[in-house]
Amino acid sequence: MEKEGLLKTPLYEEHVRSGGKMMPFAGWLLPVQYEAGVLAEHMAVRNKCGLFDVSHMGEILCQGKDALANLNRLLTNDYTSLADGQARYSPMCNAQGGVIDDLIVYKAGDGDYFIVVNAANKDKDFAWMCSQAQGDVAFSDRSADIAQLALQGPAAPDIISRLVAAESIPAAYYSCRFNVQMDGVPAMISRTGYTGEDGFEIYLAAGDAPRIWNRLLAVGKEYGLCPCGLGARDTLRLEAAMPLYGHEMDEEVSPLAAGLKMFVKMDKSDFIGKAALAAGTLTEKRVGLQVTGRGIVREQQDVYSGDRRVGRTTSGTYAPFLQQAVAMARVQADAVTVGDRLTVDVRGRRVAVEVVKLPFYKR
Amino acid sequence: MNFPEELWYTKSHEWIRMQEDGSAQIGLTDYAQHELGDLVFVNLPAVGDVLAAGKTFADVESVKAVSDVFSPVTARVAAVHEELADAPADINNAPYEAWLVRVENITAHEELLNAADYEAYTKTCAAE
Repeated sequence: MEKEGLLKTPLYEEHVRSGGKMMPFAGWLLPVQYEAGVLAEHMAVRNKCGLFDVSHMGEILCQGKDALANLNRLLTNDYTSLADGQARYSPMCNAQGGVIDDLIVYKAGDGDYFIVVNAANKDKDFAWMCSQAQGDVAFSDRSADIAQLALQGPAAPDIISRLVAAESIPAAYYSCRFNVQMDGVPAMISRTGYTGEDGFEIYLAAGDAPRIWNRLLAVGKEYGLCPCGLGARDTLRLEAAMPLYGHEMDEEVSPLAAGLKMFVKMDKSDFIGKAALAAGTLTEKRVGLQVTGRGIVREQQDVYSGDRRVGRTTSGTYAPFLQQAVAMARVQADAVTVGDRLTVDVRGRRVAVEVVKLPFYKR
Repeated sequence: MNFPEELWYTKSHEWIRMQEDGSAQIGLTDYAQHELGDLVFVNLPAVGDVLAAGKTFADVESVKAVSDVFSPVTARVAAVHEELADAPADINNAPYEAWLVRVENITAHEELLNAADYEAYTKTCAAE
């Protein structure tokens, strides 16, 4: 394993001490699983609660009188109606309508926004935002100072209430609370997540992370809280049919072909990529596949309708809660419908799949 | 970590149990199942297939990845452990009982290590 130049989150020592199996991801050393294993960690999140270190993600501030105008120009979604303490997801496109990244914007106040981006794209995103800035706005990359934990599962509200006053806990899905006290340290808490369960994403000063990580595990123990790694993070998000940058979309793929149409507001006055999206014809779409034959379908495998190649898988795995293999694919829009029986080329062998509605799992 | 004395081992982490009638069972070691993590799928050959020493004859899948299984011997498949198809986790839970195939007519073999040498070898793998 290549260890040179890999970054460590503030929680690296905690992971090693807890028996985390460390692996490189997006330039960071993170646990893919702990001793419990991916299946047990996945089920803990669905049934009780799991705790993830996601400190590798990037945090960028967007501040100034023209912050809103800049966000509406950079992003496909419309942020005009975003209220203080509210969060909203959006793809960010280039001029050709391809996706640079997908991200979530949190509003602290007028002219004051907090943006969370994918770890792998953080530097690219920050450089792009700065280069496209117009008027009275400043972007600042705060990633190095901020740690992020994700507390996900039905027991998450009970667990967080042990460390945070009730009135400081965000109640509605996609709401957030800035500057609350979490066991004596300042935090931003949002009611968001990447698992398909109820839960919270917690933003802390990097130096406070180890203590809060250990406190959460201690108070969460009686509720069945366990630490979870990247392996479970991927199986959970795929079961919930949540897209992953680099798989369901990338710079060559439009958000419309990635199934993100509801986050693209074509009636906004303008945004980067709008002209390209308006001019293009949509020939591809995202579908869900449930494996009915023998085998596990993975990413980047060809999808066939009879002998005709109709697309390619973008993600695939064994789904622990559903106890079957599932995949998402980008296919020719007019060639595939829910209910169709197709096959996927899995390392030279055709495996039978059925096209199903997304998401595979809903809480 | 478990290294039963009566078995022989390969550097690719398979074990082989020689039987009195000249046939042998082949499976994955405790070290292998621990490295692979939770197994969710196993793809086995068919009875009658001929395996070649050092070549892959099966694959196992964990949640994250596929791994090839290599045959320690050149031999013919006499029996396949069908029940594993429905319970791949048996390989994790009882690796030395979860034989993948039983083979006969063994005509050649890869470099085989005894339990002590294999255990020493796994320690060098972990150090990488």
